[in-house]
Amino acid sequence: MSSRTVLSSDDIDRAVTRIAHEILEANTALQKSGTHNLVILGIPTRGVLLAERIAKVIARNEPDTDLSQLLGRLDITMYRDDLASKPTRAVTETQIPSQGIDDKVVVLVDDVLFSGRTIRAALDALNDFGRPRAVKLAVLVDRGHRELPIRADFVGKNLPTSREERIRVQLTESDSENSVVIES
Amino acid sequence: MNKYLLSAADLTRDQAIEILDIAEGMADVNDREIKKLPTLRGKTVVNLFFEDSTRTRISFELAAKRLSADVINFSAKGSSVSKGESLKDTAQTLEAMGADAVVIRHSASGAANVLAHSGWINGAIVNAGDGTHEHPTQALLDAFTMRKRIHGDNSKGKALDGLKVAIVGDILHSRVARSNLLLLNTLGAEVHFVAPPTLLPSDASNFKAKLHYSLDETLLTEKPDVVMMLRVQAERMNASYFPSEREYARIWGFNADRLKALKPSAFLMHPGPMNRGLEIDAVSADSPQSTVLEQVANGVSVRMAVLYSLLSGERATDV
Repeated sequence: MSSRTVLSSDDIDRAVTRIAHEILEANTALQKSGTHNLVILGIPTRGVLLAERIAKVIARNEPDTDLSQLLGRLDITMYRDDLASKPTRAVTETQIPSQGIDDKVVVLVDDVLFSGRTIRAALDALNDFGRPRAVKLAVLVDRGHRELPIRADFVGKNLPTSREERIRVQLTESDSENSVVIES
Repeated sequence: MNKYLLSAADLTRDQAIEILDIAEGMADVNDREIKKLPTLRGKTVVNLFFEDSTRTRISFELAAKRLSADVINFSAKGSSVSKGESLKDTAQTLEAMGADAVVIRHSASGAANVLAHSGWINGAIVNAGDGTHEHPTQALLDAFTMRKRIHGDNSKGKALDGLKVAIVGDILHSRVARSNLLLLNTLGAEVHFVAPPTLLPSDASNFKAKLHYSLDETLLTEKPDVVMMLRVQAERMNASYFPSEREYARIWGFNADRLKALKPSAFLMHPGPMNRGLEIDAVSADSPQSTVLEQVANGVSVRMAVLYSLLSGERATDV
């Protein structure tokens, strides 16, 4: 098995910062200023960590930001379409900001965008929490091979891969280092 | 746990904690505005109840519905069982109709085991109480309630190590006591059985529990963290196990005085239905220390977790 690092720690930092700014920019187009209509939801496990990083950059640039209303997490386990064929998965916590998501612009954050099925499940899950004004998608890596008509609005890096390859995203909050590695 | 939950002893410590953790997630769903998940869409759950029940049947029904499964309620009264149909024929009928899971309650100990090992049914089987044998989901929801009372929102991943639990009353007839004993031991708690000798099995030495014959003495000397009162099961009593109800209430019933004898952090559980004035009086049943209604609410989350674990896909071989 060979592995190749495609994003270094600095690359990841830059991608996160850029995504945060792009989110802000797109949001300003909708809204004059402020982030009170914005909700960033991370998808476990590493999407949650990325969402935290993105939210921190946004809070740094928009000092009025209330982090507790900006940041949340969305567990999609119970909405997956492969529950019948895969081993039982543990369910983790979902945290939606107390003001809810009605009429907000929700940005879903995940580490890798692949088949699109996780995002499909996330859209279903969102449905049960309210009706957002818009839903956008931010991913660190888009590796292609979509099985559903889903695309990302904010992408850290487009990474053409073959189906057999594996993308491993490591973030210091849960792993030993910051990196994105292709294994084949 | 593969396809069956027949006994609390089926669960290893890790499996039990995993179910309780999943139940935490399910509890969040029960607090939402839309209390429904699509997880078990297209699955059919049959509640096969040969014995009367309010809490358990409604709880299982709600749990299955919140996971989007279709639910069929079968009670022996008003079915062909009253015409003399056997368990085997009833089971095969359900199998022919394509039940994915059967939740069974029966007055005969071992009924769920028979169903699981007979080959009459291919689906998952949950024991919801068989005679005086076991009631594993009750034990799970009791453990969940204890964990929640002690650790609050930080319950995930935790067991019940060192917790001192006194189970009081009709041990002889209680499947709740048996399942709780097994699960509490698995989770590291220390179990004390407190009962008059007539309401203990003739040989109770097999139980991994300390035996006591006086409630007041136990409260005084052992200072339990949890007191679980059992229902006096009049329907299973075919002989006189105690002289009179008044005497039982006086010596074995939980009342305001005994509530004062509890340490401040301790709490009082009862699996329901309560015989108010017999094993528990109104003051203690409605006190803040009482977890009776929490137990009912947690029952739904725990049963959702059990159905989810049994019905969603083949579990990876347990490590």
